[in-house]
Amino acid sequence: MSTPVIEIQHLTRRFGKQTALNDVTLTVPASGVFGLVGENGAGKSTLLKHVLGLLRAEQGSVRVFGLDPVADPASVLGQIGYLSEDRDMPDWMRVGALMSYTSAFFPAWDQSFADELRQMFDLDPKQKVGSLSRGQRARIGLLLALAHRPPLLLLDEPSSGLDPVVRRDILGAIIRTVADEGRTVLFSSHLLDEVQRVSDHVAMLHRGQLVLSQPLDDVLQAHHRLVVRFSEPRDTAPQLAGALRCEGSGREWTVICNGHRDEIEAQIAAGNGEVIERSAPSLDEIFVARVNG
Amino acid sequence: MQIHVSDSNGTPFYQQVVSQIKLLAASGRLEPGEQLPPVRKLAEQLLINPNTVARAYRELEAEGVVTARRGAGVFIADGGSPLSRREKNKRLNDRIDGLLAEATQLGFDLDALLRLVEQRGRTFTSQQGE
Repeated sequence: MSTPVIEIQHLTRRFGKQTALNDVTLTVPASGVFGLVGENGAGKSTLLKHVLGLLRAEQGSVRVFGLDPVADPASVLGQIGYLSEDRDMPDWMRVGALMSYTSAFFPAWDQSFADELRQMFDLDPKQKVGSLSRGQRARIGLLLALAHRPPLLLLDEPSSGLDPVVRRDILGAIIRTVADEGRTVLFSSHLLDEVQRVSDHVAMLHRGQLVLSQPLDDVLQAHHRLVVRFSEPRDTAPQLAGALRCEGSGREWTVICNGHRDEIEAQIAAGNGEVIERSAPSLDEIFVARVNG
Repeated sequence: MQIHVSDSNGTPFYQQVVSQIKLLAASGRLEPGEQLPPVRKLAEQLLINPNTVARAYRELEAEGVVTARRGAGVFIADGGSPLSRREKNKRLNDRIDGLLAEATQLGFDLDALLRLVEQRGRTFTSQQGE
């Protein structure tokens, strides 16, 4: 195995009394798409800011390409393409000027690729950044993140608040980036269907804690959805040891579990229930089951 | 090549790609020797991870539906799949069991189901002939 791109060890971060990250240990392997999911306020952006060196690790450590991003920002940031959640860009600049300004920071900037992206995204070099639509603003942000062909592409909620056409551009950019041998994408999202489409690996944060971090296929295979029919209607959810979530009403209930299927089915049979459907839950259902129970 | 993946059902994306390419090959929409799109291109078209497409192609190759020629690409295999008779039977039997269960549930008896299968079979054959 090659060295991981990001290694986070026991990272804890507090803002006043709020614990934004609580003892998070996370490894992002080289090459592939890593999806970071969690509700708003789960700590996703705080985690990404540590990777960028915008926040210093108060407890624990953060290594990116084996380096400390706070101690050695030039070496780390030169290898990262970053799209921030709030897309903070100078509103007074024109698109073309912002491109040449940004290119100055990146020795690896590929001007012909940048021009190709600008045409593909239909961006006018003379237009002021402040007058761009929300979608065009996301596209110029994406262009600036991609044009130096970074080994690590970091996207913080890239799709949030965007229409489906711009979302396609963003997913397409993620796919093209990893299709180039050896490059890595880390993106945070609360759109679980997108994460399920493009990720190789998925990590879930909940209230600052890491709930899971595994290859996506392993996550999907480990979880099961059972639809159960009981002989009598029930007012309350059946208590099933090992189940993550049990939802329904009357005679039919849906159970989401992580492994332990045989034990759970035995409990269902003992409680006069019959499993009428066994299927694979979506990442969205798994997420809800893991964080809400 | 027109295929679609959906995240609304629980079927993994690679299996959706595998079954749709099989169907296109079986119905003649993809002919023996026809080249499939490169992994990267199909991934961009379907907006799914390139590794998922690569996995689907590997699966199709293992089942003999496609052949991968080093450096040249992936092509629909000639002469159908080299699966053993037993494997072929098993594969179809699984589908037939599902169909029987559904038919019983909907109130069709075996004769009515067989008539429907024959009818669909004629439509399928005439479409193939086009």
